[in-house]
Amino acid sequence: MATIDEVKAAEGSDEAPKYKVIGTRPIRHDGADKVTGRALYGADIKIKGMIFGAILRSPHAHANIKSIDTSKAEALPGVRAVATSADLPEPGDKIAELGEGAVVLNHLSSNNLARTKVLYKGHAVAAVAADNLHIAQEAASLIEVEYEVLPPVMDVLKAMSSDAPVLNPDVRTEEASTGEKGDKPTNVAKHIVFEKGDIEKGFADAKYVVEREFRTSTVHQGYIEPHVATVLWNNDGQITVWTPTQGTFSVRSQMAELLHVPLARVKVVPAEIGGGFGGKISVYLAPAAAVLSRKAGVPVQIVMDRADVLQATGPTPGSFIRIKMGVDADGRLTAAEAWMAYEAGGYPGSPIGAGAMCVFSCYDIPNGRVEGYDVCVNKPRTNAYRAPGATNAAFATETVVDELCEKLGMEPVEFRLLNASKEGTRRIDGVTYPRVGLVETLEAIKNSDHYKTPLTGKNQGRGIGSGFWFNAGLKSAVTVTVNTDGSVSLLEGSTDIGGSRTGIAMQFAEAMGLAAEDIKPAVVDTDSVGYTDVTGGSRVTYATGWAAYEAAQDLKRQIVARAAELWDVDPAQVSYEDGHVIGPDKSVCFKEIAMELSTTGEPLIARGVSNHNEPGGAFGTHLVDVEVDPDTGKVDILRYTAAQDCGTAIHPAYVEGQIQGGAVQGIGWGLNEEYWYDETGSMRNANFLDYRIPTCYDLPMIDAIIVEVPNPGHPYGVRGVGEVPIVPPPAALEAAIYDAVGVRLYELPMSPPRVLHELLKKES
Amino acid sequence: MAKKRIVTATINGREEEFLCQPRQTLLEILRNTLNLTGAKEGCSNGNCGACSVIIDGRAVNSCMILGVEAEGANIETIEGLAPGDGLDPLQQAFLENAALQCGICTPGYIMSAKAFLDENPNPTEEEIRFSMAGNLCRCTGYDKIVRAIQQAAETRAEQSASCAKETV
Amino acid sequence: MPRLFIPPLLRPYCEGQEEVVVEGATVLEAVLSLDRQHSGVMERLCPEGKLRAGMSVTVDQNVTPRGLAQKVSPESEIHFLPAIGGG
Repeated sequence: MATIDEVKAAEGSDEAPKYKVIGTRPIRHDGADKVTGRALYGADIKIKGMIFGAILRSPHAHANIKSIDTSKAEALPGVRAVATSADLPEPGDKIAELGEGAVVLNHLSSNNLARTKVLYKGHAVAAVAADNLHIAQEAASLIEVEYEVLPPVMDVLKAMSSDAPVLNPDVRTEEASTGEKGDKPTNVAKHIVFEKGDIEKGFADAKYVVEREFRTSTVHQGYIEPHVATVLWNNDGQITVWTPTQGTFSVRSQMAELLHVPLARVKVVPAEIGGGFGGKISVYLAPAAAVLSRKAGVPVQIVMDRADVLQATGPTPGSFIRIKMGVDADGRLTAAEAWMAYEAGGYPGSPIGAGAMCVFSCYDIPNGRVEGYDVCVNKPRTNAYRAPGATNAAFATETVVDELCEKLGMEPVEFRLLNASKEGTRRIDGVTYPRVGLVETLEAIKNSDHYKTPLTGKNQGRGIGSGFWFNAGLKSAVTVTVNTDGSVSLLEGSTDIGGSRTGIAMQFAEAMGLAAEDIKPAVVDTDSVGYTDVTGGSRVTYATGWAAYEAAQDLKRQIVARAAELWDVDPAQVSYEDGHVIGPDKSVCFKEIAMELSTTGEPLIARGVSNHNEPGGAFGTHLVDVEVDPDTGKVDILRYTAAQDCGTAIHPAYVEGQIQGGAVQGIGWGLNEEYWYDETGSMRNANFLDYRIPTCYDLPMIDAIIVEVPNPGHPYGVRGVGEVPIVPPPAALEAAIYDAVGVRLYELPMSPPRVLHELLKKES
Repeated sequence: MAKKRIVTATINGREEEFLCQPRQTLLEILRNTLNLTGAKEGCSNGNCGACSVIIDGRAVNSCMILGVEAEGANIETIEGLAPGDGLDPLQQAFLENAALQCGICTPGYIMSAKAFLDENPNPTEEEIRFSMAGNLCRCTGYDKIVRAIQQAAETRAEQSASCAKETV
Repeated sequence: MPRLFIPPLLRPYCEGQEEVVVEGATVLEAVLSLDRQHSGVMERLCPEGKLRAGMSVTVDQNVTPRGLAQKVSPESEIHFLPAIGGG
């Protein structure tokens, strides 16, 4: 659990660490507010005169809306406004770029307030604002909606059949690479194909071929803070949104598009955000709250409850995946083929593209074919969840790999070392890797105390799995102001989900030769900082950190120029090094020069922007020991080690935290979490008791090994960290369960009933 | 609408009187009437622990009891935990161990942990994990939270030892 | 000369080739060069010289934020792939 420099220091090395601030573990700048309850999250925001909204949601998974009568709700005392889709502008057929990709506006708008159809149970149909929440909820229940109930389509393969009821009459199958579209309405929204080499020859060259089919359930990000939006549509037409979001600028664009108002009229103020993991990018409440506020003339706050969050926000898709892989006698992969169908939910847009690119991403495979489908079903419209699309795919591929290792009689680590992707490896989709660290994570696992300690107990087993995520760059902006006392205020637009404002401040401090504590970072609203893309794609420490680095370069240039002027010397004779501005005959520390410049000229303000995209994909390898209870099928985790290439760990404690947290989400996905639907398409476990995310009692400590293979595409070698660690756990657990009790599981989650079922099948 | 009642309770050492509808939960009263928003609403049905407060020495999900039931109770919330000039050992340990990421579960976690350590000042890791299982965290994987509670237990033991010395 | 990789479903329009050597200093110029060699491909790959919604361009291992305006070198590889979003 340490960086390279920390290990060297612990071993008593005299070697100076590479960095002074980077790699240390300062207390986060927002820490005190968050341990004292003072930090204001979405539902803690209170705006003067605010009233409260409630949403009426569909009781049906699939139905046509025949009519909506709001008259009884409007007549209830205390009700101030009612809204339906008729209050949102007609979106037409526009496709808008909204931060993390293209969105069909009609779908986004209809997902906020259903237009002609409801496509999942919990789909928002109408909204009410009233003097208090209880009145609003009562009023919502008085709205009369006449539905024509249609048969629900809940299974991805059934949804693809030609006789399945079609959810969206406007959806045609689009060939991703050619743009060609089918001629009839269908649930299959997109088809993706990648090919490399000669797949038939590849399988002909194989000594062993394994082909398996896998299913994974719909799972949710499970952030503890439900969605909330507070909106004021002011009398001058200016709209302010206070909301916990992964992307204030994305919310601004979505609001402008959905409400048909100029971008500049929308200001989004970020609340502290209580978890997101990809699920807090799309808007669900703010458009309705805006319409209600316009009608009521006062701010409106709408808060979801947990059932709403599970039933009506964007989980990650359930999927069907078929994998076929072949190896030669030496254990080298010769060919691989994948057929993948991901559930998009009510509207198109599953992460099938990423899934199809990730499915064989850990391996150097000469011949391959991947086919992927994006399929609408009567479940909530899926959204990003930590390495979206990759975990489903890795579960399937890694399980087949484990079976190949068994056939070959090869240690799974050795097999992976032999076939691992490395610099120059060409994926099936055609792209080659830059310098990446999969091999290093495998070696880190192989050298770990965990790997070297044999398992001896009955019903115990060990499994390994690897995973990949691309990471992203995108746009970020940072503004800094030097205060007269030499402290620095740093403004940024990346909402901080896990301590990132400190990671950004640390990179600025490193570049300036200052301490992390000298910097005061703040996440500010869309009117107060330059455009910044979402907190997602593991991009913030990389990209906003880079913007902070650029702001430091700008500040240093200004300080040098101003000092030269002050000292009346040639600027070429002045430099800035290690926290000091150095002239021909003097060296002045940052604090002193800041004070001096503040009394001799204009304020010192610097800016930095970034839109680099060499994020250096990242890999992780996880090792897990389990014990399976043969009587119940329950899987207990005995020991867990996760190694990940993090490039350079800026704040190692938070890097470990990302690895541990991601691994545990993957464990939940692997062992417990699933949406249970009944035959009417109704989710039967929409609460945290029955949708069971891991508790601390389910887990041991998670040993996080930070592997540092610096990313050549970043000034400090940063790679994104957050997403990779969710990818390997289900596959590693599957291999461990097999090792323990000799049954294979091809379906997630590997919950006690499923494991027990397989055990009983094996016995009989 | 049912008639409102006047309820009197001690909150963070101060006597508070509030008006309360019979259907309002204590969490709603704390957050909306008393503006003590440190307790968070994560699930509204006692599954997540984000609303944990301490009532008469016991950790309680404040979404699961009604405001009117708080009559005469001694309630401690996260807002009352820190001494004037610093942080409680639990708060400090959470920061030093990076035991929070998004931080939404943190106030509830700290209050639950406080009630737990008051009962069991020297717990094993197993006891910590068992007793904290009612508080969900989705960010950290719990590793650093458990370590923070272990560290806080040590600090509290040191503090009470030095307190005892001073008294002698 | 830059190499433009052809998505499988477009290979029939390019005599089955997996990649085509093209000319040009930007992705757009490379696509125009491809279209001169294999008429009609551009209309499917990026109609009217614009990236279709949901698509992205990767040049030399990285998705480019500059799209078709991205500069390419004679050693560059160009790929058209589905756009992906992170969590």
